[in-house]
Amino acid sequence: MICLGIEGTAHTIGAGCVRDTHGHCEVLSNCMNTYSPAHGGIHPREAANHHATHLAELIHQAVQKADIPYTDIDLVAFSQGPGLGPCLRTAATAARALSLSLSVPLIGVNHCVAHLEIGRGTIPVCTDPVLLYVSGANTQVIAFAEGKYRVFGETLDIGIGNCLDKFGRMLDLGFPCGPKIESFAKQGDRYLPLPYSIKGMDMAFSGLLTAAEAYYRKKESLANICYSLQETTFAMLTEVTERAMAHTEKTQVLLGGGVASNTRLRDMVSTMAKARGASLFVPTKDLCVDNGAMIAWLGLIMHASGTRMPLEQSSINQRFRTDMVEVTWR
Amino acid sequence: MTTTVLYRGAEAEICVSTHLGMEVVQKRRLPKLYRLPEIDQALIAYRTREESKLIREARVAGVSVPLLYDVDLPGGVITMEYVKGKRVKDILNALPESERKHLCGIVGQSIALLHNHNIIHGDITTSNMILANGRVTFIDFGLGMKSIELEAKGVDLHVLMEAFESTHSQRPTCFQDTFEGYRQVFTGDADAVLGKIEEIVQRGRYR
Repeated sequence: MICLGIEGTAHTIGAGCVRDTHGHCEVLSNCMNTYSPAHGGIHPREAANHHATHLAELIHQAVQKADIPYTDIDLVAFSQGPGLGPCLRTAATAARALSLSLSVPLIGVNHCVAHLEIGRGTIPVCTDPVLLYVSGANTQVIAFAEGKYRVFGETLDIGIGNCLDKFGRMLDLGFPCGPKIESFAKQGDRYLPLPYSIKGMDMAFSGLLTAAEAYYRKKESLANICYSLQETTFAMLTEVTERAMAHTEKTQVLLGGGVASNTRLRDMVSTMAKARGASLFVPTKDLCVDNGAMIAWLGLIMHASGTRMPLEQSSINQRFRTDMVEVTWR
Repeated sequence: MTTTVLYRGAEAEICVSTHLGMEVVQKRRLPKLYRLPEIDQALIAYRTREESKLIREARVAGVSVPLLYDVDLPGGVITMEYVKGKRVKDILNALPESERKHLCGIVGQSIALLHNHNIIHGDITTSNMILANGRVTFIDFGLGMKSIELEAKGVDLHVLMEAFESTHSQRPTCFQDTFEGYRQVFTGDADAVLGKIEEIVQRGRYR
């Protein structure tokens, strides 16, 4: 079975094709294009316009790269939420049109769960992980427990990626700021105390961001601020992940989301995992960021397990929570 | 001195050890290699201090808690009384109706005593209560804090409500019975706390 997936929750529009080979996810193609504003953050309507401009071409590319005729597509999946309304609607509209014109079923999937499933699908030994999902908008620690994907810890205010971007935007670093902050941080060697804000299993980043900005206004070295910002926020993320692993008694940890590219974060989670005798898995970069292939894969396994979505139920859900997903495939 | 580990959590391990010839429990917060030592040492000392302060304050409030024998801030070790009894989690379901009601009532009264002193336990589950010598002893204040907010008190009770639902679902009146006890002792507006709990359930943020 081959599924084409369309991702469009935030700044990235993507289309990808995957095939199921004995329960393993074979990625045939994974094409994407990212909207990056000249100034400031994502403007939802501008992002949606960007997506509408590029989506038809991306779908075409994805099918060509997969080296299949359109008639080989058995299923069309799309990101149903959570995300920005205009972006979600653009992706969903395209998915509906494609499914109708190809006369194949349509299925909407949860974006956060897709980040986890693409790890399980493409890394055979990664069977039952705790996912640390770190992106611009989302920061969640997700694991499968009692029949559902449950959120064991998450941000109470802004996502970690957003926290880094907001700090970088003050310096006019240009989107995405994470990689630049990472390289500044490598030059840092003095820790500037920042609030370490964990509330139970949840985290908050906005106060810490304000404190980092205050250091910058006080003319502290940028390298040291970036270093302290990374060390503090990543330690919080790693701590909550470890708590979730202890609570659920799981021995695998998976990274997902754009911030998973950060080598310092990987180091920290890897150190934590080693100390617990657990294993760390990181999907390839194009499968970590927002992408169409992960949407396609989740759609495929949902469909294979019997989930069907009539057209009337395919409306988007901006606040689609991870634990609202009915898990039929595990 | 022999030490046996009773339980290993994400943050700390609970050991049985000896102190001045007594058998004691030690909660040891372990250094985390992934964190900068500056962050790690400050956190461990802070959390150890906050937790021992809360345990002491809970005792002053009239709630049964382990006696504190020693607090080592740089080492992150709290040495306390070994309360030998049964976890409420393990006995609650099997108790006869009237005894269960009575026990839940005591739990509710104890939580109200904590809340009257603005002590938020932070992880009120039946595994953190030990029934020994007819008293319910509260342990693990590791996620606790001080707060005068109704919201914090509501969240505190909501954690218990969820614990009842997940572990004692075949005994559906547990929370009600607990809240009856809470209402008797709480000096603030118990209905307002109940309202908060409903609001938290509605919000659906807390699992």
